[in-house]
Amino acid sequence: MSDIAERVKKIVVDHLGVEESKVVENASFIDDLGADSLDTVELVMAFEEEFGVEIPDDAAEKILSVKDAIDFIKANAAA
Amino acid sequence: MFDLTGKSALVTGASGGIGASIARALHAQGAAVALSGTRVAPLEALAAELGERAFVVPGNLSEAAATEQLFKDAEAALGKIDILVNNAGLTRDQIGMRLKDEDWQSVIDVNLTAAFRLSRAAMRGMMKRRWGRIVNITSVVGVTGNPGQANYAASKAGLIGMSKSLAAELASRNITVNCVAPGFITTAMTDALNDEQKQKLLPAIPAGRMGQPDEIAAGVVYLASEEAAYVTGQTLHINGGMAMI
Repeated sequence: MSDIAERVKKIVVDHLGVEESKVVENASFIDDLGADSLDTVELVMAFEEEFGVEIPDDAAEKILSVKDAIDFIKANAAA
Repeated sequence: MFDLTGKSALVTGASGGIGASIARALHAQGAAVALSGTRVAPLEALAAELGERAFVVPGNLSEAAATEQLFKDAEAALGKIDILVNNAGLTRDQIGMRLKDEDWQSVIDVNLTAAFRLSRAAMRGMMKRRWGRIVNITSVVGVTGNPGQANYAASKAGLIGMSKSLAAELASRNITVNCVAPGFITTAMTDALNDEQKQKLLPAIPAGRMGQPDEIAAGVVYLASEEAAYVTGQTLHINGGMAMI
């Protein structure tokens, strides 16, 4: 399970170009990590690819923080 | 300049005069093309004429599911879509007082809503690849208005506003969204005008003639090219000077 958290954090670091130390679980993509709305769409696309899940639009809109992403993937990913 | 080798383009309305010309021009610059339209025979004929790198993907743009399926078919045929040309359009002319809801709606559905749906579908891959060109074919009447074309002019003006908004959203990802606005071009759509109407139109065109489809296609090739990377949210008017806006 912690593996999922690590993989999510790595995607966030790579995509947003932020310090790994800032990517804590309760960090908000937009408020804390400087993402814009297009970045959040791209993050969701990257999560879909990494974990082989489909994230529908209404679920994607609720993925606002690192923890939201980890929780969604834990609940929905087969891997 | 304007080399499109390795790029893949979806052109809607490719069975029409302007659409076919756009597909030919993109193909001539090296792009692979997916030809979409409702009439399969002219699409097949065009694909046969172009030879390699040309695929037929028929589709009905008046329905959401069919439009999304069309995009998937095009993506399956081409592997990726780098260039989307929303050219398909129809007219249901009538003066406003006599314009029926269904004739308003069908024009908006095909000319505007389908263009949005295809653009939305195309953005995903374009964002991932950090490269994309969306070219929407609007019309001079979308800017000037035209009696008897409230529905058509509204759909074409809508394309311009949509393009500017998407252009602002996507510019940072190296995706441009622009419009080409033809004036009076020799096509089946303008063949429907009678001689008297044409005689009235010509004096309003400083160039003194109607335009040719390949003159529109040249504008599309430019906007689709690498060279036009810094041009976004714009409307390129190709109309012989009939409206300088």
